[in-house]
Amino acid sequence: MKRLKSLIILIALALLPLSSLLAEETPKTEEPLNISEIVLEHLADSYEWHIASYEGKHISIPLPIIIRSSHTGEWHFCTEHSLPAGFFFNPEAHGKIYEQLPDGTTERPLDLSITRNVMQIWIVVALLLVVFLSCARWYKKHDKTSNAPGGFVGAVEMLVMMINDDVIKSSIGEKHYKPYAPYLLTVFFFILFTNLLGLLPVFPGGSNVTGNINITFFFALCTFLAINLFGNKEYWKEIFWPEVPLFLKAIPLMPAIELFGVFTKPFALMIRLFANMMAGHAMILSFSCVIFLGWTMGVGLGIGLNLFSILMLLFMNALELLVAFVQAYVFTMLSAVFIGLAHPEHHAE
Amino acid sequence: MDFTQLPAILTPDLGLLFWMLLAFLVVFGVLAKFGFPAIINMVDERNKFIDDSLRKAHEAQERLANIEKEGESILQEAREKQAQILKEAAESRDAIVEQAQQKARLEGARLMEEAKIAIEQEKKAAIADIRQQVATLSVGIAEKVLRQNLRDDKSQMDLIDRMLDDSTVK
Repeated sequence: MKRLKSLIILIALALLPLSSLLAEETPKTEEPLNISEIVLEHLADSYEWHIASYEGKHISIPLPIIIRSSHTGEWHFCTEHSLPAGFFFNPEAHGKIYEQLPDGTTERPLDLSITRNVMQIWIVVALLLVVFLSCARWYKKHDKTSNAPGGFVGAVEMLVMMINDDVIKSSIGEKHYKPYAPYLLTVFFFILFTNLLGLLPVFPGGSNVTGNINITFFFALCTFLAINLFGNKEYWKEIFWPEVPLFLKAIPLMPAIELFGVFTKPFALMIRLFANMMAGHAMILSFSCVIFLGWTMGVGLGIGLNLFSILMLLFMNALELLVAFVQAYVFTMLSAVFIGLAHPEHHAE
Repeated sequence: MDFTQLPAILTPDLGLLFWMLLAFLVVFGVLAKFGFPAIINMVDERNKFIDDSLRKAHEAQERLANIEKEGESILQEAREKQAQILKEAAESRDAIVEQAQQKARLEGARLMEEAKIAIEQEKKAAIADIRQQVATLSVGIAEKVLRQNLRDDKSQMDLIDRMLDDSTVK
């Protein structure tokens, strides 16, 4: 959102004559920019969908808040402007809703609010359903003898088949990949769409969903379950009784390491996706902040830093487009590889 | 564990997890049933269809090549047969001509022979005729001569005597 604002300001500035710019001194009364705070605030979830600020007024879409008081057990439905008595946004806990209990202590209520991230997730869900069900309808209308689809359906088919054949089938193996393909494809497209929408600076996107540890934790948990619930006997044997000299497994050294590995694999998945997406968003937000930082330091520096920031923003956005795809691809591929490892064939002696 | 010191994006959030679970289950349920299988199955079927078609095309090509070869051999055979027939025809023509010539020759010879025989017979008849006429003429002349010589009795007697002498001497 800051990015869009900065772009609009830049375009406006480019249209204005320089003399008027010089006349318009930056107000010195403004408090200094705290870039890390701004960036973290923009990365965080919120109870409204902020679109723009203009002269101190914030334009935002209020989102429904759904909370259940842990004290009375009562459900509340409201927006952030009509928070019921007893609840407040706790500035010490990233502005999350807390409940003031009668005994003076504060407590976090059960909070199932449709926050910005949740809204973003449902937008992604809707988009995914529209895209794939419309494609599926094409397939229902045609049979195998008709020409391969072109246009949008063809592009979707190409992408699906690329992930299905080159990533899932080759990573898990011809024999076992079938049951996992729908899950891995869903994960891939979910992450891809979320990443791409996250790059949009305005309403239908812009929320940092895959850069939130909760989301990547969820994906990693799903993959963890997919790996371990359906792993075959050979897989568990390799963990608890691997084919190593006896003294390595009598004192359970190797089993301990292997068991540790069971958890580190999904953990690595979780951190990788989270860190990559968070870092990308943080970089873009930081470069946007540089524009504002530049203007607080004077006009000349402002123009210079503006040019620099615009170039870097363009570069970062292009890079993030790539990263959005690569991270979805990597997550899917590693999940597939780990699932494949859970289906080892018996070693040929 | 106190998470308040962590940035918001690292803070566990039950609400977000709950909605994420719900959203993912919805999307996974729908797409795993209606979305991806439709696409993947169709592509697999299409691949199989293409493989099949390719195989069929190969077979057809092979068959076509065989047919061509067969046609060529048939043509070759026909050509050979044609040549043979032509040769046979020429042979039989020659034979017929030869035969006809032979026949003609024989017929000619026969006709000549017959003509010769007829001529011979004609000749003989003519000779016999001439001989008879000559004899008749001779007898007549002899009669006339005798009559001339035996006009008196004495000459008659002389002749009779001579004849008798001739007969008795013999």
